[in-house]
Amino acid sequence: MGKIIEIKDLHFSYKGDEGSPDVEVLKGIDLTVEQGEFVAVLGHNGSGKSTLAKHINAILLPTSGKVLVDGIDTSDEQRLFDLRQRAGMVFQNPDNQIVSSVVEEDVAFALENLGVPYEEMRRRVDESLKAVDMYEYRLHSPSQLSGGQKQRIAIAGVIAMEPKCIILDEPTAMLDPQGRREVMATIKRMNREKGVTIVLITHYMDEAAQCRRVVVMDKGRIVMDDSPRAVFSQVEQVKSIGLDVPQVTELAWELRKAGCDIPGDILTEEECADAIEKLFSK
Amino acid sequence: MLRDITIGQYFPGDSLIHRLDPRFKIVMTLVYILMLFTGSHILCLAVGTVYTVMAIALSGIPLKMFIRSVKPLLPFLVITAAINLFLVDSGDVLFTWKFVKITEGGVNISIFMLVRIVLLIMGSSLLTYTTSPIALTDAIERLLSPLKKLRFPVHELAMMMSIALRFIPTLIEETDKIISAQKARGAEIDTGSIVTRAKNMVSILVPLFISSFRRADELATAMECRCYNGGEGRTRLRQLHAGYRDVIALTVTLIFYASAITVSILLK
Repeated sequence: MGKIIEIKDLHFSYKGDEGSPDVEVLKGIDLTVEQGEFVAVLGHNGSGKSTLAKHINAILLPTSGKVLVDGIDTSDEQRLFDLRQRAGMVFQNPDNQIVSSVVEEDVAFALENLGVPYEEMRRRVDESLKAVDMYEYRLHSPSQLSGGQKQRIAIAGVIAMEPKCIILDEPTAMLDPQGRREVMATIKRMNREKGVTIVLITHYMDEAAQCRRVVVMDKGRIVMDDSPRAVFSQVEQVKSIGLDVPQVTELAWELRKAGCDIPGDILTEEECADAIEKLFSK
Repeated sequence: MLRDITIGQYFPGDSLIHRLDPRFKIVMTLVYILMLFTGSHILCLAVGTVYTVMAIALSGIPLKMFIRSVKPLLPFLVITAAINLFLVDSGDVLFTWKFVKITEGGVNISIFMLVRIVLLIMGSSLLTYTTSPIALTDAIERLLSPLKKLRFPVHELAMMMSIALRFIPTLIEETDKIISAQKARGAEIDTGSIVTRAKNMVSILVPLFISSFRRADELATAMECRCYNGGEGRTRLRQLHAGYRDVIALTVTLIFYASAITVSILLK
């Protein structure tokens, strides 16, 4: 397995208003993601997590430092489409990223742009729609779909490009709980079955807990980078940068503080229930 | 209330007319318009009427819908008829009262114009009733594609049209939300004088415009991320295949057109 994303000493500043200095958003990011990984990037508003995501897809270019995606430098304009085909991006608002009034045509949009021949396009569109479980809606209008369904269509549109990596910028922020579950299940399936690398930008702790690696950002820097278990067991540090830990982790932590003998790295409800049961049976 | 608006008034169906290639339908509509404007003999219009009735019957869409399509233009029709009735001065005088004079020629022409316009509206409604807006856009893009050589931005226009169609329901929903939000803050939108209402419209339009710009910006980024770079080298998922059916339909239309021309020459 090779490196899919390599970010080296990435700095990025927005141009400040007239007279005022530039605003530095990213202050030296170093991050490597292997092919097939499932990474969550956590951070509260203004931590620079969305800015970081936009660098992977060359929507923004580094002020200094380098971003390589599958060996392609994002600042190489010659290979821009090559790059965007390898690293697809899904945005927060499902309404603002759907181009066509017919579901299947929207999924085909990227393939049309890339000039993929008809037979190949038909096959890839059908496969992508089946992969996100939306095949039966292929002739519907996106306006008839729920938020979660629209977001799955957006994911299908990216999958159709057959990317090595998908970056999702808070894909569930505007969805109801049902839609969030649908989208998370779809993302996890893509990662498991197709081996697509997933970079999930989120501020939901329970979503981050489902990933295999959690990168925590604060004020333009990476402050933690470990498995969700290792990150969330450091409850105090996580809280000190204005983030929460999953509810069950917090419960276990409070119980520990109160003197109960309970593990500090609980992530799921089942683990928590088991641990509490054990506590009572002692 | 805004949700009731359907743009393009498309009635999904599976009739012969629905299944025709949209490119052929547009061409046939153009031929049809030419047919209606060929000659001024009443028999020419009879040809057009037969054609219209036949097409409407084949479309399987209730005649009621076509009558409804004429309704909004009723005032225009009445005025046209009235002008012709009172101002045309030819043939026998049928009625005079002070300065008003109605002649036989006037009556003929006003009826003729009335029928012609009604047919025109019904015929073009048939196009939008049986063709989805997206198929229409697509067909227009393909029909105009020779103009690309003259650097006319055909693809860009079609893309703008299809994005506009895509965002109509989204923006209607958004307008509904803004109206509710402004009402909750005490804006009078359904009540008050016309002036007050017009002023209050500003409080709906401004947020709507701002959000549209934001949407446009996000959509542009999303399109770029999916490798959009204009019409160059694009392939299409939607394939149009003209079949024998389309050729026959066009031939029939042309035969009607030819007979309208023949009638107008013979009966001059």
